[in-house]
Amino acid sequence: MTATRTEPAAQADAWEELRTTALLGTDRRPLPAPAGSPALVAAATAVDRTDPATALLELAALTAVRRRAGARPATGPSGGAAAAPADPRPELPVAAARRLTVLLEGRSGSAGGTLANLTELLPQWLATARARGLRPPAALVPALLDSARARSELRGDVVALAGPLGRWLAERNPDWRFVLRTATDAPGTGGAGDTGTAGDTGSPDTAGDPAAPGDEHRIWHEGLFAERVTHLTRLRRTDPAAGLDLLRGTWTTERAEDRLLFLDALQDGLSPADEPFLEAALGDRSKNVRATAAELLSTLPGSALATRMAERARAAVRLAGTGRALLVTPPAECDAAMQRDGVAPKSPTGRGERAWWFGEIVAATPLRTWTDDTGLTPARLLGLPVGDAGPDGKGAGQADGTWTDDLREGWARAAVRQHDADWARALLGPTPRPGRDGRTARTAGAPAKLLAVLPASERAAWTAAFIQAHGLGEAFQLLGACATPWTPPLSTAVVAALERAARSGTYPWSHSGVLGMTERALAPEAAPAVEALASDAAPDTAWAETFARLAGTLRFRAAMLAELDV
Amino acid sequence: MSVPPPSVVAMEERWSTEHVLSLAPDAPSRKAAGKLSSPAPWSGAGTDGSALWGECRGSGSTPYRTVVELTTPAYRCSCPSRKFPCKHALGLLLLWSGSPEAVPAGAEPADWAADWLKERQERTEQAAERRTAKAEAAAADPAAARRRAEKRSARVAAGAQELRLRLADRVRHGLADTGAGRPGWEEVAARMVDAQAPGLATKVRELDHTAQGDLLEEYAMLHLLATAYGRVDELPEALGATVRARVGFTTETAELLTGPTVRDRWQVLGVRDTPDERLTTRRLWLRGAKTGRPALLLAFGRPGQAPDLALPTGQVLEAELAFHPGARPLRAVLGTRYGAPQPSGDAVPAGVSPAEALAGYGAAVAEDPWTESWPTVLTGVIPVHDIDGWHLTDGRHTLRLHRAGLPEPALWRLAAVSGGRPVTLFGECGHRGFTPVTVWDEHGRPSGLTQ
Repeated sequence: MTATRTEPAAQADAWEELRTTALLGTDRRPLPAPAGSPALVAAATAVDRTDPATALLELAALTAVRRRAGARPATGPSGGAAAAPADPRPELPVAAARRLTVLLEGRSGSAGGTLANLTELLPQWLATARARGLRPPAALVPALLDSARARSELRGDVVALAGPLGRWLAERNPDWRFVLRTATDAPGTGGAGDTGTAGDTGSPDTAGDPAAPGDEHRIWHEGLFAERVTHLTRLRRTDPAAGLDLLRGTWTTERAEDRLLFLDALQDGLSPADEPFLEAALGDRSKNVRATAAELLSTLPGSALATRMAERARAAVRLAGTGRALLVTPPAECDAAMQRDGVAPKSPTGRGERAWWFGEIVAATPLRTWTDDTGLTPARLLGLPVGDAGPDGKGAGQADGTWTDDLREGWARAAVRQHDADWARALLGPTPRPGRDGRTARTAGAPAKLLAVLPASERAAWTAAFIQAHGLGEAFQLLGACATPWTPPLSTAVVAALERAARSGTYPWSHSGVLGMTERALAPEAAPAVEALASDAAPDTAWAETFARLAGTLRFRAAMLAELDV
Repeated sequence: MSVPPPSVVAMEERWSTEHVLSLAPDAPSRKAAGKLSSPAPWSGAGTDGSALWGECRGSGSTPYRTVVELTTPAYRCSCPSRKFPCKHALGLLLLWSGSPEAVPAGAEPADWAADWLKERQERTEQAAERRTAKAEAAAADPAAARRRAEKRSARVAAGAQELRLRLADRVRHGLADTGAGRPGWEEVAARMVDAQAPGLATKVRELDHTAQGDLLEEYAMLHLLATAYGRVDELPEALGATVRARVGFTTETAELLTGPTVRDRWQVLGVRDTPDERLTTRRLWLRGAKTGRPALLLAFGRPGQAPDLALPTGQVLEAELAFHPGARPLRAVLGTRYGAPQPSGDAVPAGVSPAEALAGYGAAVAEDPWTESWPTVLTGVIPVHDIDGWHLTDGRHTLRLHRAGLPEPALWRLAAVSGGRPVTLFGECGHRGFTPVTVWDEHGRPSGLTQ
């Protein structure tokens, strides 16, 4: 029977008597004597006892109906019932809530059909809704949290959107534990997934920790690894010094693989104040920890490590004669000091060891070293011929060009590490133009990584020009580095390139990567142009279908984003 | 007589997404409909308040023509899908509910839509005439009808007597004795089917799946029912009707509708679909605004098809209901409707406390002892989850939440809507606890909890 009702013990005993008798059988056990209230006893006495089995069933029916009719609730509240904190954000407009229902329904969907896979559009919807500072209807919050269980890339936005109610639910349902260890105060940290619109919305849950103020760092000492990383990351964003202190407190007791990731978390709010700690970490037992510490130090331009690297760089590269060429003298050995500073003695690439050491030094050298020492701009430096200094140091040894690629590659890595837009711009070179076949061969490093250092508008403009000149064939990573939705000029360039691809007789699936990205990122304003392409394409061809689907997706996206305007 | 006349009242309130999605026969349909819910594939869409129509461009050269009649609702589409309603009908409904400008109101139906709507109205009228004719035919030969009824009564009585013996036999040997050679309840259930007592058959079949702790109670209630049928003619008329209905006698809808009906403004309190392999059963609970009477409507659908009756939770339907006779009438059939469902004036229904709810259930048991639960609106209760499971508390008293097949996500949706604050909850209050069906949020919007 149930906990719903409470009843006098005597009554419960009478029922137990009946049950025991039924369990053993009336052949083995006599009928219990009537018991309970006078009315019940009177009714029970009236039951015909000729056949004990029938009589037992009648007594049980009498008692069961009596118990049901007289059921009473348990008294008192059950458990502690702390309410979820209020969420001051305005609720989603009705249409947007409906859209969210549809997007969440589609989460297990497969590709194909007349629209893009809805799961691909969910991240954009989430980021936009979050940026607008809206709150989903409470009834949708569980489905929203479920959507991020398997897709960790959604967690930042989902947790921020779900707000205090999401956290309240997560404290009660272990399935949603991830909510409690997801930092929500840096939207769009994925780079490629950056919407360009998401900023810190100041939503009520962005700061602070669920733990009470008294034991604010309890999670650090008792939590799971992921919770600890989140805690450290959050703290670094609000109070970097406190974060460093926390890490320093337990550093020596952490496992090597944990130390590595904790060290990584220091990237947030990295400053010269962290240098002594990082400098000490150069002597760590773990090679990976040492390498990470060295990399972090190299991004601190004033650090002792950066200064040491600059000294090595000056020894390795010399402005020759009248400033017309650079002469390279690669290091002859990887001494203990270099190794301590993070240079691996064995080359992991195919290049020779001296070239490898040289590249590591250039990549870790503050880029200002070069411009300050020579008084030349990055573009001028990149234009100089590069030669081998030779045994006599006079530049006669080797043919021009041997060291050019190594030097550019090192500078490119340094530009990415140090987020140096001037150098990135110079390394990317002038905006590509059609017909000019210098191509990407001269662009050192990964152009997509260099692009990521530039402001969003410049990234889009450069990529648009690249696509105009070279088509979509090599544009996938560049497009991935651009903020979404793409700017109108970039969108126009992509649509034009698709049109050229369709006309040139290639198949749409040879561009499937770019097409998938286009569905998510093309500016919705490009829909009419895409629809025109769809109607121009030969009917019932793969391209006609591709364009029709793309146009449908753009309309869907336009509608879904418009619904979020309040 | 029971023909729903197509409403001329323009429905200002468009259906919620949740309601539209609840019409879908299955999850893939819901997903497919979502993709058709944007204006892009649609052309010539419109509504006159009682019907929607539009043409949907698919992969073929000719667009599909879709019509939805909102009052019933009924659907028609030129696509070859066997799903009913198909994704186009659902997509059109979603478009209408979410993007009002895409389905302009006040339009004249396109010719093809008007043709179908007219044809449909004629068909419904004919069907109603046939039903009336059938009822009249049955009444025309009362002697034959009586003979048939007497014959069946005798068979059912024999079945009930057999069941009593079987139950007593088990109790005599002890419920713990699950010895070999004893026929399973499945076999007894088959005997009850032969005896034309399907109600007994269903209850008997459940005995094989009843926990041992609850067995005596179930045996006793079945014994009570079988015994009551043995002297059904001596019982008060209403209680006799209850016993007959529980044993498995049914009353034809048409016959019920020739009897007394109750006209009221019926507020839809909740819906629950129970699918099994052969049939989806839909329960719709209503409450009369004037009479305060609860009512339960049943509708059925074959697999892949949604049950043929759908009413949006929270809305109010002016209609006549005919109740199945009984000591505690609840189940009813829908007669004449006066217009389409309308948004309710006071969205959140009035409710009672947990203590009153259980007392209300007790009162129902006093009239019909086989009542398992009674439709109840609880007010001011907080859902609480602890190690013992889910409970509903108003701070003074606590009811256990009886899952009864309720999926885990529904319970968490309930918790989310409440957020630890008191809510109004409709559901079934019974001796096992309270089974929620609908919760109302802070804005008075209902959320179904059954899926």
